[in-house]
Amino acid sequence: MENENNHIIPYKTFLIILAGLIVLTTISVILTQISLGTLTVAIALLIASIKSTLVLRYFMHLKFENRFISFATIGVILLLASVIILTLMDYLNR
Amino acid sequence: MSAIETHRDNLTSKFGMWLFLFTEMLLFGGLFIVYTIYRYKNATAFHLAAEELSVAVGTFNTIILLVSSATVAMSITAIQKHNKKIAVVLLCITILLGLVFLVNKYFEWGEHLREHIFPGSNELALRGHGDVMFYGLYYFMTGLHALHIIVGLVLLVIITISVTKEKINSEDFVFLENGGLYWHLVDLIWIFLFPLFYLIT
Repeated sequence: MENENNHIIPYKTFLIILAGLIVLTTISVILTQISLGTLTVAIALLIASIKSTLVLRYFMHLKFENRFISFATIGVILLLASVIILTLMDYLNR
Repeated sequence: MSAIETHRDNLTSKFGMWLFLFTEMLLFGGLFIVYTIYRYKNATAFHLAAEELSVAVGTFNTIILLVSSATVAMSITAIQKHNKKIAVVLLCITILLGLVFLVNKYFEWGEHLREHIFPGSNELALRGHGDVMFYGLYYFMTGLHALHIIVGLVLLVIITISVTKEKINSEDFVFLENGGLYWHLVDLIWIFLFPLFYLIT
């Protein structure tokens, strides 16, 4: 049967990912509290991106799901990124 | 299973949910662009206004959402392992954490309201355009996010009832998976809202 989803992700995997997410949050809070100038924004966004990748791949099962959904998600993220970059280029270079 | 097999296509069902989540990502993505451009245009005002937000409350809420995301993900494992009781307990913890998040939001907003800082207030207008923009976006984006939390909680309550009634079981749990996906999206949005409003000052 096609619908049979036999892949059971152990509880432990989720707990490890959760621990990782909390550690990343803590690092992000600590690093942004000490002034790093323009680097702060880059670090905060980089950590947020790592965190969202973990959530997408493990909590949202993309790692274990049909590849098709992952490709669609990457497509939407690229679309969003290009819209953001093009809009900002327009604004910053007026 | 009964003699009559109902036709199900879980992959399509999940992909339908993902398509909806994509529209949600684009909705918040648009708001992030608005935020970035106004921040660029009113850098000092945004910097000072962002410092007024409590990093402690923001961090606490982030951790609450992360834990609730993990518990809802684990409830799927529990259902797959035919462990209905654990699944219900994990879902109840998720709902409880969602409520704690909203209570925190209530106190956080209450604090601003007591200082007469809300869209359209005279106090805010006196502070200038940058502050009006910052708090306008702050209330709108965290408000829209809180609205998603409320919708997610309603979904989770329906799911929990369905699990207890065994409408969601180890054979058919795609509704739980889709509800979980929605809850994770709410978490995903907060992962970006939190540094943008609370951390980058």
